Amino acid sequence: MTAPAAGAADRSASAADQAAGEADRPTGLVGPAGTADPVAGVAERLTGLVGALRSHGVRIGTGETVDAAQALEALGLADRERLREGLAATLLHSTGQRWVFDPVFDMYFPRRVGAPSDSEAPADREDLRSRLAAALAADDQAAIAQLAVEAVDGFGGYGASPGSDGWSSYQTLDRLRPQTLMARVRDSVRAQRGGAGFTDRLLEDEIRRRIEAFRAQVATEARRRVAERRGRDEIARRAVAPTADRVDFLFAGRTQLAELRRVVQPLARKLATRLAARRRRATRGTIDLRRTLRGSLSTGGVPMRPVLRRRRPVRPELVLLCDVSGSVSGFSDFTMLLVQALHDQFSKVRVFAFVNRIDEVTGLLVHGTADPEGLGGRIQAEATLTGWHGSSDYGVALGEFDERYTDAVGPRTTVFVLGDARTNMSDPNLPAVRHLSERARRVYWLNPEQRSQWGTGDSAAPAYAELVEMHECRNARQLGELIARLLPV
Amino acid sequence: MLFTSVDDVSARLAETGYLASPAVATTVFLADRLGKPLLVEGPAGVGKTELAKAVAEVAGAQLVRLQCYEGVDESRALYEWNHAKQLLRISAGRDETWDEARTDIFSEEFLLARPLLTAIRGDEPKVLLIDETDKADVEVEGLLLEVLSDFQVTVPELGTITATSRPFVVLTSNASRELSEALRRRCLFLHIGFPDEALERRIVRLKVPGLDEALAESVVRVVGALREMDLRKVPSVAETIDWARTLLALGADTLDEAVVHDSLGVLLKHQDDVLKATAKLDLDAV
Repeated sequence: MTAPAAGAADRSASAADQAAGEADRPTGLVGPAGTADPVAGVAERLTGLVGALRSHGVRIGTGETVDAAQALEALGLADRERLREGLAATLLHSTGQRWVFDPVFDMYFPRRVGAPSDSEAPADREDLRSRLAAALAADDQAAIAQLAVEAVDGFGGYGASPGSDGWSSYQTLDRLRPQTLMARVRDSVRAQRGGAGFTDRLLEDEIRRRIEAFRAQVATEARRRVAERRGRDEIARRAVAPTADRVDFLFAGRTQLAELRRVVQPLARKLATRLAARRRRATRGTIDLRRTLRGSLSTGGVPMRPVLRRRRPVRPELVLLCDVSGSVSGFSDFTMLLVQALHDQFSKVRVFAFVNRIDEVTGLLVHGTADPEGLGGRIQAEATLTGWHGSSDYGVALGEFDERYTDAVGPRTTVFVLGDARTNMSDPNLPAVRHLSERARRVYWLNPEQRSQWGTGDSAAPAYAELVEMHECRNARQLGELIARLLPV
Repeated sequence: MLFTSVDDVSARLAETGYLASPAVATTVFLADRLGKPLLVEGPAGVGKTELAKAVAEVAGAQLVRLQCYEGVDESRALYEWNHAKQLLRISAGRDETWDEARTDIFSEEFLLARPLLTAIRGDEPKVLLIDETDKADVEVEGLLLEVLSDFQVTVPELGTITATSRPFVVLTSNASRELSEALRRRCLFLHIGFPDEALERRIVRLKVPGLDEALAESVVRVVGALREMDLRKVPSVAETIDWARTLLALGADTLDEAVVHDSLGVLLKHQDDVLKATAKLDLDAV
């Protein structure tokens, strides 16, 4: 079936075609849902899509939903990609939301319904692999998409009894092994084009990207098949990954951390302008006579708007104490990079890392901005962070900071402690923290653990929280909000 | 209505030399059809401002541009009374009563229309471009809200001026500041990313007609590879075109190590990036 799927998943293909035809007529898409009217199915589907997006934290009001329905009416259902762009334009408000939108859209407005028809039933694995190799070599998007559908149908199914069966992209890719096609695709492209030329060195990366795209399509297709089986709404909520800034630091995988690193610079820029605005608003001073008179010229010499003298900004100092032990290193790395990116907002930024001993890593961080990926490894290698044993010990580390780096903290310093406050049953050394909070201007503790976990097991979070202000900081979004609020101006 | 269909948008924008991706064409069509402002975000040099210019050209409309910067205010964006002229008028008519003078000096003659007011006055079609909206202060956004949702401006002395024909509004932003939710809600959102390979090839061929087809393809592939790298500033479409022009000026027929090595500065603007790219593309031998 080549017509764009529009009917509900459980409807027949002819109903889908009918829906596509109906939509050209100007019908009230968000009117009361008549069950017999296929267009009402589209309206339900749209509100379902909006509901799924909302459950992922995309804020969509009713007004936007109406706009989306108007867009749907104006564009019709004939071209799926246009529909996708149209709905994205009306429903979304920022670029990051696109990550969530695309998989959800694929589920509610799928390219097709049901299994591929018999005529395109998958042949054996080798046949599929060679067709895939040809499509990858030619970079034929349509063929690759079609192959993803066949691959999931042929190799992705598992289980036989209803309730325990499903479609797995992992299993599909494991059987098909598209990554092993690399050499074959490369050779066939070289044979066609002739191997020489400067751009030949780019070829492998390009093919790798195409294979990556194929894997993503397989995942989308498997999600669609599962959604047909289990109900779209539930799968849309569970199986679509959240945006990078909502991923829990403690559970983020390698690719998600890499994605997070990419948002450091934009986030820092945003925070810097926000801090600058706060600083501007905090300006209160004596009247600047010269500029007041200058401004009064436009009101005929009457000084209507007094201009205040700018205060000389006193840039605050910042000290960061980061737990870089395995459990929370993702959080610490990200925060360190963010603070480093913000360094021109402060007169002095000093960063200390600890596991059970503490060492200054400010220098490493300055050079680290060029290579954020290797930062964690270099800190572990070049700074003295552990003695005697390898697990984190807040008491000893904070005590050592109090002794060795007394000069780092003064009345202008704001201290951030980053860590989960899990002391491995050792003494939390509360006097050291009390001493720290007495000398510093402010001390904040950012804890990447869920608040309900504080105090469970070996966590000393409640004890520390009595002495210093402790905030839950589980993902990049929370961190951005906290930093904008807490950073001194 | 400026356009009849999405294809119409693509075709007519292409006539002016703007090759629109499907996403751009669809969103422009919707912005026209739904009568909503268009908020365009994306990296520098992908043609955000160009889009507004192209739409203006297609529609035969006057382009009214408000360039935002830190400290832009009501009197720069909306309107201002011409104080000097008002003073002249008062001193010229010495025998008048106060009431006569007052009604006269707050008339249209003494009103200096700034871009936002200009865009909604008059009957001829207009395209309003609010460039780099993120550079403006938060207060200006509040100012924009009335204009963008109701297309009207209130001047206390004159009353409310409502647009007779709605302008096509394009706002651009580099996302250096998060625009307020209220402003975003009133707009259609469009993110213009880097074009795909085929589209970028067409753009290069259009902008640099003298370039050999095979060379254009190589150029686009190299730029694509650079964009995949983790660089401080990835090359944009504008840089691709610059590079293509440079290669044409150098008289290069094909890419080789020496040519790429010498002209990499056109694409990459940071020394770190140049070093990284040199290593990645095996240019060290030169």
